[in-house]
Amino acid sequence: VKLLLIAEQRQGKWNNTSFETLAAAQQIAAETKGSLAAVVVGRGVAPLADELASKKLDEVLLVEHDLLESYTPDGFTVALGQVISSSKPDLVLLPHTYQVRDFAPKLAASLNKGMIADCIAYRNDSGRLVFVRQMFQGKTVADVTFQGDAPWFASFQAGAFRADLVAPHPSGKAPVNKVTVDLAPQQIRTKPMELFREAKQAVDLTQAPIIVAIGRGIKAPENIPQAEKLAKAIGGELAASRPICDEGWLPMDRQIGSSGQTVAPKLYLALGISGAIQHVVGMKGARTVVAINKDQNAPIFEVADYGIVGDIFEIMPALTEALEKA
Amino acid sequence: LKIIVCVKQVPAKDAPLHIAGDWIRESDIGFEMNEPDSFALEEGLRLKEKHGGEVIAVSMGPDRVKQTIKEALAKGADRGIHVADDKFYALDPLGSARSLAAAIDKEKCDLILTGLQSDDHGFGQTGVLLAALLDRPHATLIMQIDVQDSKMRLKRELEAGWFQWIECPLPAVLSIQSGINKVRYATLKGIMAAKKKEITSIPRESLGVSIQPTQRVESIYVPHKTKKTEFLTGTPKEAATKLVEKLKFEARVL
Repeated sequence: VKLLLIAEQRQGKWNNTSFETLAAAQQIAAETKGSLAAVVVGRGVAPLADELASKKLDEVLLVEHDLLESYTPDGFTVALGQVISSSKPDLVLLPHTYQVRDFAPKLAASLNKGMIADCIAYRNDSGRLVFVRQMFQGKTVADVTFQGDAPWFASFQAGAFRADLVAPHPSGKAPVNKVTVDLAPQQIRTKPMELFREAKQAVDLTQAPIIVAIGRGIKAPENIPQAEKLAKAIGGELAASRPICDEGWLPMDRQIGSSGQTVAPKLYLALGISGAIQHVVGMKGARTVVAINKDQNAPIFEVADYGIVGDIFEIMPALTEALEKA
Repeated sequence: LKIIVCVKQVPAKDAPLHIAGDWIRESDIGFEMNEPDSFALEEGLRLKEKHGGEVIAVSMGPDRVKQTIKEALAKGADRGIHVADDKFYALDPLGSARSLAAAIDKEKCDLILTGLQSDDHGFGQTGVLLAALLDRPHATLIMQIDVQDSKMRLKRELEAGWFQWIECPLPAVLSIQSGINKVRYATLKGIMAAKKKEITSIPRESLGVSIQPTQRVESIYVPHKTKKTEFLTGTPKEAATKLVEKLKFEARVL
């Protein structure tokens, strides 16, 4: 299989999920005895292309243009469409980032192709690639295959592969080849403006050794003090899944997940959290995970070391008491 | 502003799922409006209230999805379009988007809104694909929309707490980030008013679009566990005591 990895950078900084997907791409290239190229898009990103060339791949494509300095879905679709038309890969792999969500389906559609997005794994069934992705918020997974001719497009979820397994180039450096693209200002219809952060992060959950996180199961803001009491008894920080912060029951800086913080504490207690993908990517690095949920089929139990199936309103006070006694 | 909101109907959150081939057994579960789409609907209704215009709720699927359209009408949408297809679940993202694009193209609306992704397939591609197929500018993960004349100022969510303002001309397609607003409930008055509102049904086959699949779901299954979970049982008090012991002496994290 001839692979093309689309690596992602913003303002000269890598999105590290790119290296996780590079690890997947290297693995697929090796298993299928194929080739692997990676493309970097932007302006003034030659140093990044150079850095990428030190990894095990056959070629780095460098696409630079004034109109690609800031990301736009129109600009990236036009530029990458030209790169794909000229380099003719079979399989285009992307990290499943917010930016990729924003342009990759359009890029594939512009070539009349489809995309299998947000995959968590792949299998090589004697030469036929099967992509595994979650459905029903992680309650089930599906095996998905491409139909029709290449190029095929697939993206891998953050955490699906390990960036530390990326192999270095065996003999120094892969060649970096510049690719010229034709792009006119009128092709870009949206205008990106300033980047900003909302509020200062008051708590840095990444440093907390113990986190007690609440989800929809907490039901109402009046019930949060019960979780706070438990957090205090166990010596942890209180955190939450996105819906709780969306409701304004806890501030946004206490949100764990793809749109919040990514944490890896030694202990993570998930209370009434179903375990949707967007939450799990933010906490699956925790050393020990405890899940308490009334639904024994909740996907959170898949990443839990210890589980209690039951009513959190009965277990929270019992656990608080047991901790205070211990 | 003439606004189309795409609302999908998905299995209810607590519905017990029984896998049947490449889909689930539908007979014994309830369905509801896809939650991310309810934020898009709310945003559409608010834009109409502020700038005037019309909100059209569009949904594809079997007859049951009319219930979700009715819910949108009860909340304040003006009319509905039902793209009828009993095997909608079997369409891939591109096939779905082509069908929806064909059904709404002639409406010549100013703005198409979708949710972030669906809680069933979770492809998360419909909005972006509609923009590509209808040749309109788009933006995703939108947390704020300010309409100024023929363009919009949009707040787009990036990862790790970052945001970006962008400008986007109308007409356009936007995928709304969940949590952008507080979704309203339908009032009794709204439910009564919805009875008089029109739902146009269009059989999907009549649209004449290619649904040649680019991908196929071969099988669905319950995920293999990555970790072995030890379940602690008994009364809440017993389970809690056991857990504290495990965390102290086995996991050694307390």
